[in-house]
Amino acid sequence: MAKNEIPLWEVFIRPRNGLAHKHCGSVHAADEVMALQAARDVYTRRGEGVSIWVVPSAAIVASDPEHKDENFEPALSKVYRHPTFYKIPDDVGHM
Amino acid sequence: MYSQGLIGAKTDSAEDQAFLDAFQKRIDAEEKIEPNDPMPEGYRRTLVRQIGQHAHSEIVGMLPEGNWITRAPSLRRKAALLAKVQDEGGHGLYLYSAAETLGVSREEMTEELLAGKAKYSSIFNYPTLTWADIGAIGWLVDGAAIMNQIPLCRCSYGPYARAMIRVCKEESFHQRQGYEIMMTLANGTPEQKEMAQDALNRWWWPSLMMFGPHDSDSQHGDQSMRWKIKRFTNDELRQQFVDSTVPQGEFLGLTFPDPNLKWNEERGHYDFGEIDWDEFWRVVKGGGPMNKERLAARQKAWDEGAWVREAALAHAEKRKARAEAAKMAAE
Repeated sequence: MAKNEIPLWEVFIRPRNGLAHKHCGSVHAADEVMALQAARDVYTRRGEGVSIWVVPSAAIVASDPEHKDENFEPALSKVYRHPTFYKIPDDVGHM
Repeated sequence: MYSQGLIGAKTDSAEDQAFLDAFQKRIDAEEKIEPNDPMPEGYRRTLVRQIGQHAHSEIVGMLPEGNWITRAPSLRRKAALLAKVQDEGGHGLYLYSAAETLGVSREEMTEELLAGKAKYSSIFNYPTLTWADIGAIGWLVDGAAIMNQIPLCRCSYGPYARAMIRVCKEESFHQRQGYEIMMTLANGTPEQKEMAQDALNRWWWPSLMMFGPHDSDSQHGDQSMRWKIKRFTNDELRQQFVDSTVPQGEFLGLTFPDPNLKWNEERGHYDFGEIDWDEFWRVVKGGGPMNKERLAARQKAWDEGAWVREAALAHAEKRKARAEAAKMAAE
């Protein structure tokens, strides 16, 4: 980050109690107090949420898209991890 | 709203053919491209330019309407206009964030705007002379913007598409509040109806110009279509806008300032006259009635806000240092 650039924060909003906070965008702000204020103004003008989290963007650790195949491909071939892999006769009823 | 068909963007890329083909295959399969995915330099540059233009347009677009906030004719109109202008500010921020995912900073984009290197939509270089202009802007300018933006919700670049979905949801209120202002004026006194007609006369052609040059004169449209940044051409969108707007104007009992405007049964579309392209290019290149004033207003806001930005950062530094000192003392 160049000198004097205002840090970036990622914004997460809980739409209503019972649901998880979900990423909705980002804001620039000098500190966490202003980040929350900006997130409120930018992302909740129409009742989009009841709670906001802001996280410094620099604090997020992301998986490398180049490793997408070795990270996520193995899960695709393991069909036995899903309930539909197992054949149960209809007579047994719902399981 | 409003990236006027990428004026001045270069879409050429230096990558080898295998890389470009693999990228195109992902695009053709309707896969979304996300920030850290490999992408051709031309794709990145085109998007930075287009999203930047779009963001600047939202921010500069606050100026002509802000001009009327203190003089709105009722509290209801004032509250609606304030909310609309605040939305435009928010839309600018969503878009700057989307552009930043491509490795350019908001400060850099702002500096390019102020230096005259980055463009914004030509429509904001026209003045708002009467209250009726606020109605005409909501109805026509936001109407044209929505026409442009709905297909952008399916843009191949994920962050841009997601920003556009939010923008489109919020913007339909803008068009409706504008049309309601026009309806009130058109059903008012003869003087009020005349104001509405005058605003339509002045804003109609500049609104058609918002869709950018003819397809035949638009240098980079083809590549943008292949990369699915754009889904429809400038002329297709302009035709859609005319087709949906003319009946709305007729409902108001107003006329359009184009003697060649008429329904073409055979085509199933309205025919309309030729745009004054000299005026279009003059305004795009900085010679519109308000170009100087708009940039001067942005420059003033940037300069006069400098101490606030610096003070906020200094305050954040001070609080951080104090918190660290307190933690050290406690250990």
